[in-house]
Amino acid sequence: MLQHIFLFTSSTSIFKNFNRPFAHVTSLGLFFLTVISFSADGFTGILHATESDERPITVGSKPFTENVILGEMLTQLVRSSQSEAVHQKELGGTRVLWNALLRGDIDVYAEYTGTITQELLAGQGMESDEEIAMAVAKHGLQMSKPIGFNNTYAIGMLESSAEALGIQTVSDLNQHPHLLFGFSNEFMDRGDGWPSLRDAYRMPHKKVRGLQHDLAYRGLENGSIDVMDLYSTDAEIQYYSLRTLHDNLNHFPTYNAVILYRDDLAERAPKSIASIRKLEGLISDQVMSGLNARAKIERVEETLVAAEFLRTALQTKTMVVESHVTDRLIQRTQEHLTLVLISLVAAILIAVPLGIISARAAQLGQVILSVTGAIQTIPSLALLVFMIPIFGINEPPAIAALFLYSLLPIVRNTYTGISDIPTTMRESAEALGLPSSVRLRKVELPLASRSILAGIKTSAVINVGFATIGAFIGAGGYGQPILTGLRLDDLGLIMEGAIPAAILALVIQWLFEFSERWLVPKGLRLKPVE
Amino acid sequence: MLQLTDVSKAFGETIALRRTTLSIESGSTTVLIGPSGCGKSTLLRLMIYLIQPDTGSVQFNGCTIDPKDVIELRHRMGYLIQDGGLFPHLSARDNVALLARHLRWDQKHIEARLHELSELTRFPIDGLDRFPGQLSGGQKQRVSLMRALMLDPEVLLLDEPLGALDPIVRSELQSDLRDIFRTLKKTVVVVTHDIGEAGFLGDKLVLLRDGTIVQQGSLHDLVNSPSDPFVKQFINAQRTALQVLGNEA
Repeated sequence: MLQHIFLFTSSTSIFKNFNRPFAHVTSLGLFFLTVISFSADGFTGILHATESDERPITVGSKPFTENVILGEMLTQLVRSSQSEAVHQKELGGTRVLWNALLRGDIDVYAEYTGTITQELLAGQGMESDEEIAMAVAKHGLQMSKPIGFNNTYAIGMLESSAEALGIQTVSDLNQHPHLLFGFSNEFMDRGDGWPSLRDAYRMPHKKVRGLQHDLAYRGLENGSIDVMDLYSTDAEIQYYSLRTLHDNLNHFPTYNAVILYRDDLAERAPKSIASIRKLEGLISDQVMSGLNARAKIERVEETLVAAEFLRTALQTKTMVVESHVTDRLIQRTQEHLTLVLISLVAAILIAVPLGIISARAAQLGQVILSVTGAIQTIPSLALLVFMIPIFGINEPPAIAALFLYSLLPIVRNTYTGISDIPTTMRESAEALGLPSSVRLRKVELPLASRSILAGIKTSAVINVGFATIGAFIGAGGYGQPILTGLRLDDLGLIMEGAIPAAILALVIQWLFEFSERWLVPKGLRLKPVE
Repeated sequence: MLQLTDVSKAFGETIALRRTTLSIESGSTTVLIGPSGCGKSTLLRLMIYLIQPDTGSVQFNGCTIDPKDVIELRHRMGYLIQDGGLFPHLSARDNVALLARHLRWDQKHIEARLHELSELTRFPIDGLDRFPGQLSGGQKQRVSLMRALMLDPEVLLLDEPLGALDPIVRSELQSDLRDIFRTLKKTVVVVTHDIGEAGFLGDKLVLLRDGTIVQQGSLHDLVNSPSDPFVKQFINAQRTALQVLGNEA
């Protein structure tokens, strides 16, 4: 599952979904839910003025440019049918979107038939589009007719080196077993990806590695890899002069773009369905490749690319609101702070008592420290994905993951702070005849305060950094421009996220240092005499 | 006042105290003395139940100590250790008044008691707002003594109270301690390894070695009728260089 969220993508629409009701939240989430709903209320006015009580139609998109453009088109088409729509763009990957659609976190997104047959509903032997539509119907979903283009996988290499080696087809690669393969992480792991390609063509190549799709193009250019996977509508195929190798064994399935939406959309916004289905048969391979190039190579925002296309192809007038850097910054700061503050406060409330228990009950303490330590070893993206079945997408899973990561430094520092109190001090408190709870409150916690505070400070700073990955699952924050910037190779956008994140980390660190004056007793801050 | 019967204590493989019986008389000053590791501190810590005996029993005023009542028991005992054990995050005043405040004494009562104790221990009242980090070694011990005496306990247990002080401060505090013991007429148990200090402070000396009591009695008894060659050896070892020089001259 992890691989799905390694593909980076996005654009910079200000229509960022924030105040969807979180329908499926378990007991742990209930605490977060309360706080988030509360804080989200305050943001509503900034994001978009909501007049009706109905929740907006939510469009999702995958983390690559083409799907973001399609997501923008769907969003604008829903709006043109007089329904309110928000675009949850560049979500972590196929699984994240599929689960979000099933749960109702999103209502519609653009999928590819090959992905449905090979990945989402693999092993059900569907062939025709009708069979696929029937299969998804069992999940409470509707599938549109194909949008028109077939964005299948392809294998590509530089035109010049393909020419030099005389490679035309995928089979020809077998004559050159020393070629270096660089495949996107998703392709490495998919049912129809590298493993089955290798088996189908009996490929002898050993030097195969996974890397981020957009970096692979530059890898080809500078010679660090020779062969990569492509999407057949990739804008870069022309830009980098790549040769698409002929799939002579017809290994790759068809990846017709289709629209998937929930059954209940028919009741909620019947007009929007007719509107989005205008895309059926509208976009050819070439047109899509051109739109991709417009966004990726000419650097036009996906919102505008989609709007231009809809205007010329369908005479649909859509309103595009230009986003302003300051507005975006304010919004992302709010999103980021929401993630950090809620997870940190919850972590403090849980981790300090856990640290106290660890210091007081040796055996239980070892269990607590081991478990919180083990949580820390789970890769952050994996932890996020684990959270999705429980919390859906958006803030709750991100907050839950950040909460879990924040535990260890606080638990450990509380434990160490209390355990390191000298025996003489501990016994003096005991010999005075103070009950255990008073010793804890009046002696042990104040003596451990500096250490506990240091743990909280560590958690807070790490938390600010970790929170950037929340963007993978639609939680927004400073991670959003970083993701988009990575996808579009736009250093300015990356900085738009990275610099505020660094500043926020410094500010939080500074605040904690300042707060020591109140939180650490004066007697512990004195320099010793002599 | 305190009766220890057949008590013993081992920490893992190390035997700290072999089966020992000792009774502490009311109103007297008893000094537990002996070389490092002889079990004297263990004996003192058993009296206030900081550690529990492996065998035997400890009786306070004729009643065997019940672990449930240990908090009340400690309110009737004052305890002071070598480096004072003052809490660095609290001012001298807060250290001394910590327990009384927990017991909800009213503020006037606390202030009055602080005054009394600062006179008794000759600690300047305006020094009470300082933190332990701002006090000298001798001052810390005076504050610790105030803290131990705050609830006017029946028993005072002192574990090497002067061990960490330089000689001048030490002798000053030694005589102050003796005056205080005489004024208060409390039951006092002091642990020390210094025979001079033991003789100066104590009515009765209890000499221990390897977790066993070797001899008990006055300093006079120990010097003049040692029950064991070790007693003589222990006392001779501590005759000061000055005395030796004086004898030679």
